[in-house]
Amino acid sequence: MTSKSDQTMMLRTPFHNRVAAACELNAWGTWKGYTTPTAYTDVELEYFAIRSTTGVFDLSPMNKYRITGPDAEACLNRMVTRDVSKIRVGRVGYTVWCNDAGQVMDDGTIFHLGENDYRICAFARAIDWLHWCALGFDVTIVDESDEVAALAVQGPTSCAVLLAMGLAGLEQLKPFGLTTFPFEGATLTVSRTGFTGDLGYELWIAPDRAEALWDRLFEAGKPHIIKPFGSDALDLARIEAGFLQAGVDFVPAESAVRNGRSRSPFELGLGWLVDMDKPVFNGRRALRREQAEGSRYRFAMLDVDGNKPAQHSFILKGANKVGTVTSAAWCPTAKSNVAFAQIEMPHGAVGDELVAEIYYQRELQWTRVLAPCKVIDAPVFNPPRRRAVPPGSF
Amino acid sequence: MTDNYDVIMVGAGHNGLVCATYLAKAGRKVLVLEAGDSPGGAAASREFAPGYSVSSCAQWLYQLHPRVSRDLKLEKHGLELAARDLASVLLDVDGQHLSVLGPLAEGGRLGGEDRDAYKLFHEKTLKYAKLISRLFESRPPGLVEANLADRFALVKLGVRLKLLGREDMSDLMRIVLSNMYDLMDEHFDSPQLKALLSVDSVLGSRMGPRTPNTVFGYLYRRVGEVFGYTGVAQVKGGMGALGEAMAASARARGVELRLGSRVRSIDMFNGQVTGVTLASGGQLRAPVVVSNADPVTTFEKLVGFRNMETGMARRVSQIRCDGGAAKLHLALDGLPRFNGLEDAQLAQRLVIAPDMNYIERAFNAVKYGEYSAAPVLDISIPTVSDPAGAPPGCHVLSAIVQFAPFEPAGGWEGASAAAGESHREHFTRLVLAKIAEYAPGIREQVVASELLTPADLERGHGMKGGHWHHGELSLDQVMMTRPFPGATQYASGLDGLYLCSAGAHPGGGVMGLAGKNAAREIIKRGAPV
Repeated sequence: MTSKSDQTMMLRTPFHNRVAAACELNAWGTWKGYTTPTAYTDVELEYFAIRSTTGVFDLSPMNKYRITGPDAEACLNRMVTRDVSKIRVGRVGYTVWCNDAGQVMDDGTIFHLGENDYRICAFARAIDWLHWCALGFDVTIVDESDEVAALAVQGPTSCAVLLAMGLAGLEQLKPFGLTTFPFEGATLTVSRTGFTGDLGYELWIAPDRAEALWDRLFEAGKPHIIKPFGSDALDLARIEAGFLQAGVDFVPAESAVRNGRSRSPFELGLGWLVDMDKPVFNGRRALRREQAEGSRYRFAMLDVDGNKPAQHSFILKGANKVGTVTSAAWCPTAKSNVAFAQIEMPHGAVGDELVAEIYYQRELQWTRVLAPCKVIDAPVFNPPRRRAVPPGSF
Repeated sequence: MTDNYDVIMVGAGHNGLVCATYLAKAGRKVLVLEAGDSPGGAAASREFAPGYSVSSCAQWLYQLHPRVSRDLKLEKHGLELAARDLASVLLDVDGQHLSVLGPLAEGGRLGGEDRDAYKLFHEKTLKYAKLISRLFESRPPGLVEANLADRFALVKLGVRLKLLGREDMSDLMRIVLSNMYDLMDEHFDSPQLKALLSVDSVLGSRMGPRTPNTVFGYLYRRVGEVFGYTGVAQVKGGMGALGEAMAASARARGVELRLGSRVRSIDMFNGQVTGVTLASGGQLRAPVVVSNADPVTTFEKLVGFRNMETGMARRVSQIRCDGGAAKLHLALDGLPRFNGLEDAQLAQRLVIAPDMNYIERAFNAVKYGEYSAAPVLDISIPTVSDPAGAPPGCHVLSAIVQFAPFEPAGGWEGASAAAGESHREHFTRLVLAKIAEYAPGIREQVVASELLTPADLERGHGMKGGHWHHGELSLDQVMMTRPFPGATQYASGLDGLYLCSAGAHPGGGVMGLAGKNAAREIIKRGAPV
């Protein structure tokens, strides 16, 4: 029992007891009302667990919605930009969804759990939007955010760890595949998904089995150097892998207050997720107009000279400001200095040479660097093991 | 079925016919599909008992735009008035009736001060109605993407407001959002006068005198005076004759009108309208479809929420269009006698609503899904001026009855609190009892009766919720937000689909401007590529 003085307003995930015990730095952040660690021991060590062995991340606060019923596919297909009919049962699809103005509300993953049965994982709260999307469709929508606990198990030895935990046959699971295992009287759902760009899995379990899952996982992972990691290490890994973060790299459209601050999928470099062959989906009219008239911005991945992360930098073309950086990091594995930027059209095409105006501080002294940078066409980290089936034991 | 129409019009309501005629005049090949077996929509007549016929929805003519009437040559096509310049008479149990026509209020217990105050009030509000009427005669400015024409329209509105003069302008701004109850208390002493004007502010809507927006409702009605109507007029042959005249005018312009052709769906492909599917199964193709159906029916039922984007479906789902008005039709074997009224006065518009609190109480019921125990009535006895509507010596009484919910709990055929009576029977008896307070012998004269509830009006006229105006006329649902933001200026937000019903700007009432403005907009935008 915790005494009253131990209680905070923050919610605790089903893994909280284990997480708190492992969180040596006692460094907590907030995520959708939950208290979650920004780091457990050391951000670099946690990052290298993701890249060299196995890292574990508690993603229970993720918003999870279940969409079932005869119109589940049709409803989702109208809601998101991708063609949901191409996500077969047992598969997961990454997608974005827009409002009628063709501005991205959120990105997330759609799990096709069974016939007429989907789960959608979202960064932002979406229950109201889902209910609006359900008008005219025969579907049932349930917010199961608190009913499903989740761990991301990421890194080159992650498959080996999970096999050692008894998930036989997991090595055959393809990227974006989905499967289930019996686990202590419950069902453990495993998807080959993640936010690190590495070989990795996400485990989904009922909250009352959460601690047992954590214990079994870390027991099996001990020989493979398993480590929990916090949101700081995750941020580093996802920038290296070229993944956008909602709320950081774009403002979810329906929570943007100021005119013009939201972005379309094309402006976020996510045009590949938009299937204009679908006759109706949210944002289609506006996106078709944007295709005809041109976008306002372009998403650019920048390779920045030097080793100073170009956080919050202005991007210059000659003397003119043509963009701003939304995410930036020195990426240890790829050994490159990466920045994501929103660049005003027509600038920012692949190969375009720009300048990042970087400010940094050393012992209270601020320095300004004008670092040349170049627009690159692919993430700097994309190892074959991410896609290999079986992934091999490292 | 092959066809090569430029425009398919869904519904032959009065606005649909007006729009179709203007389009045909501009050279478009127009097909009008009407589910019912007569044209006119809410401008309809029906035989409700053998030998007795009545205007089955709207009963008075007081807002038809003169330009529409002229352009469609309605008189040439058979429109005739049986009576016009009819006063509104607020009935009094003791026979002290108050009569109002134009700026003149007389009779009742009206004092000289109120009579003069009414004249001034009438003059001032007519100025406001004029300003509003100018807005009605063109498309509303855009809400967000204002182009030059829209900005100019807003500038003109601003200039007109300025031209009212400082005092009147600030007064209009002060009152337009407010409620009739307070405005009446501010101007008059007479409970009768306050009540009569308040009835005008809530007719056809789901509001009581204390509801914000009712001053706008009143000014909305007063627009009729700008269009040349002093008091109300009665169409010979009932409002259906107006529908027939409009249909004749449309046909004369080359419009093809098919009655008894119910449209099941408006068909879309890739966000572009392709045509319609009939309930009988056939498909008809056209690059432009204009819906004369109300916006909710158009988007939810005919297009289908699945075929539009979520934001649009959400907005449509939030349109307030629950009706609050029912109609009672009585077939009478003689002329009813009202206390203190001459027979000749029976041709006028008779109103039962003794005071504003009476109206407000009548409105209270509908907030809770119930009908008024003591309803407000707007009565017409059309056979006084137009005897053809009933067998010789017999008469028809038609009354707008407020307030009635769309359906009470258990439905209109469900059992009411009164033993052995359905809600329909019970409400009919309540209304009849109320009329009998003023016309004591009337119950014995009734040969047949018919109560049309909002649910019946929805079924009979396809109006969602049974709302006369295809959506409440409140400031959140007028002008550039009518029927909803993103579907203004008669375009629907779906390529090739236009709206021309009362659900579009400027709104309901047999006015014809929604149809006229829509036609102008469609012509201006040209054929879709």
